[in-house]
Amino acid sequence: MTSKAFLVATALVAITLSLPATAAELTVGFSQIGSESGWRAAETSVSKSEATKRKVTLKIADAQQKQENQIKAIRSFIAQGVDAIFLAPVVSSGWDAVLKEAKEAKIPVVLLDRDIDPSGKELYLTAVTSDSVHEGAVAGEWLAKAVAGKACNVVELQGTVGASVATNRKKGFDSVVAKNANLKVVRSQTGDFTRAKGKEVMESFIKAEGGGKTICAVYAHNDDMMVGAIQAMKEAGLKPGKDILTVSIDAVPDIFKAIAAGEANATVELTPNMAGPALDAIMAFKAKGTVPPKWIQTESKLYTAADDPQKIYDSKKGLGY
Amino acid sequence: MMPSLLQTSLLQRLLQGRGLAQIVALLVILAVDRAVSPQFFDLRMQDGRLFGSLIDVLNRGAPVALLALGMVLVIATRGIDLSVGAVMAISGAIAASLADAHGLPLALAAALGTGLLCGLWNGFLVAVLGIQPIVATLILMVAGRGVAQLITEGRIVTFTAPDLVWLGNGAVLGVPAPVAVVLGMLIVTGAVVRGSALGLLIEATGGNARASELAGIGTRGMILAVYVWCGLCAALAGVIAAADIMGADANNAGLWLELDAILAVVIGGTSLFGGRFSLVLAMVGALIIQAMNTGILLSGYPPEFNLVVKAAVVLIVLLLQSPRFADAGAVLGRARQ
Repeated sequence: MTSKAFLVATALVAITLSLPATAAELTVGFSQIGSESGWRAAETSVSKSEATKRKVTLKIADAQQKQENQIKAIRSFIAQGVDAIFLAPVVSSGWDAVLKEAKEAKIPVVLLDRDIDPSGKELYLTAVTSDSVHEGAVAGEWLAKAVAGKACNVVELQGTVGASVATNRKKGFDSVVAKNANLKVVRSQTGDFTRAKGKEVMESFIKAEGGGKTICAVYAHNDDMMVGAIQAMKEAGLKPGKDILTVSIDAVPDIFKAIAAGEANATVELTPNMAGPALDAIMAFKAKGTVPPKWIQTESKLYTAADDPQKIYDSKKGLGY
Repeated sequence: MMPSLLQTSLLQRLLQGRGLAQIVALLVILAVDRAVSPQFFDLRMQDGRLFGSLIDVLNRGAPVALLALGMVLVIATRGIDLSVGAVMAISGAIAASLADAHGLPLALAAALGTGLLCGLWNGFLVAVLGIQPIVATLILMVAGRGVAQLITEGRIVTFTAPDLVWLGNGAVLGVPAPVAVVLGMLIVTGAVVRGSALGLLIEATGGNARASELAGIGTRGMILAVYVWCGLCAALAGVIAAADIMGADANNAGLWLELDAILAVVIGGTSLFGGRFSLVLAMVGALIIQAMNTGILLSGYPPEFNLVVKAAVVLIVLLLQSPRFADAGAVLGRARQ
């Protein structure tokens, strides 16, 4: 995948370079981390379509998970004299030197999806990221509303221990649980963000909680673990989505398939569209000099069966998830 | 006839004291599991399949047990195969990509065939080119996952072909299909290596390759064969892992499982220096690891403790097996008297 995406990206750069830049008003260089996950691949493809929509020429460089490649890419974007640089930083530190070069060349830098350490705050224009604490809270609030005050024992499938996303999504959900006395997290274990572990952990939760009879809802830090958990519930003779409510985060295509089948209830979207708001900010900055806020928070939209899941599945399927 | 042959050899070894530590360790861990989770031994039928924590231990332990089955022979020749996790990812990806369009027979043949080829590659590097096993198999460990990701294009490839799904979720007389596959492979492997002189020849190769060569054993052939078998076992494990989640997750399938497989073999009392091995005890090793994992999940401890608990238990099991530790215990005992 990585090398294929790289080929596609290189081909794209080659094509855009060979065309005269008359059609596009702006040229933006995007240093993408790589394609370590389906979400990342979707982010790349959405970035391309968002740029085309705005008639912006987007040059994507795939860094294959290496900071040195990202630094090289940024330097080459500066040399090419692009109008702006998007950076999805693979790590949070070590950007000062190259960002200073961009600043001296008067090229604004926008961070996508991830932030960098505080020492570099003045070196970039803005950061477009989601708030993973907020995502957890949105998931919790949906559940609080769905059970409407009834007592509800929740089991939680955590992400990888120590991953900041997992810590934050737990924190956000816990903040809602703390406000609702009827909600109680009875079990919480890590499913490492994977389907296989999500299934295994859910199997043990079901056994530990009287065959699943005392479980009212499952909260998973990502959809993949929930897909695994749904299989575990079905194999135990339970009806996920009815006997046990489900809420998870990410909004990957497969969870919409489950929602459409009535086997999952809700998902909170981690939007792959980080480039859209970033492009809007850059265009306003270039045209009118509007300085955007230091942090542009993307929407954490909640999806349920009421949102035509089949249609969303069809539209998301082709994004590379 | 063959199973009885396995039983007698196991019984003999138990009487000699070999394997006692592992069996005791497994029983202790199961007892602890029962203590943290009172319903641990409860069994019932669910959709024609046995259902309960004990079944989970067997079922979840199946991939590692399969890997250990191949790994134990490789280790017996004084080798090691680090690539089994990556081979799992490749075979799972192939099976998942082909199952819906081409049916199970072709998908299975392609997946297992690829496993054989991977094993042949490792065996070629070790036996023919004489590269050290840890380096030779490291190549495929790193490259293999990339190959799997190329096949799936980085996505989780899902499938619905019912016969492939059955391999993960089906049952044979109530026994989950993955467990039945492990049992089948154990019987076949046991019959081949212990039903003939092959096991002895493998042990001889591991004990002293040069002396074995001079004694007329085709050590190259032996080494090649064990890596090929290991590749096949890994491919089968990969197919089962994919069938279990009805999808191939190239990024995560089999990730770090090579280490669990090596651990299972070592817990099973097989020396990394080669020269002797026990198939059944390697299976017990795999069960010990999984009984521990399932116990941790059932216990309700925060996940931060998972690895610490696992490390502590492994250390204790290995200490129990260590002859020096036993000697030291005896010396201490005498000193006190």
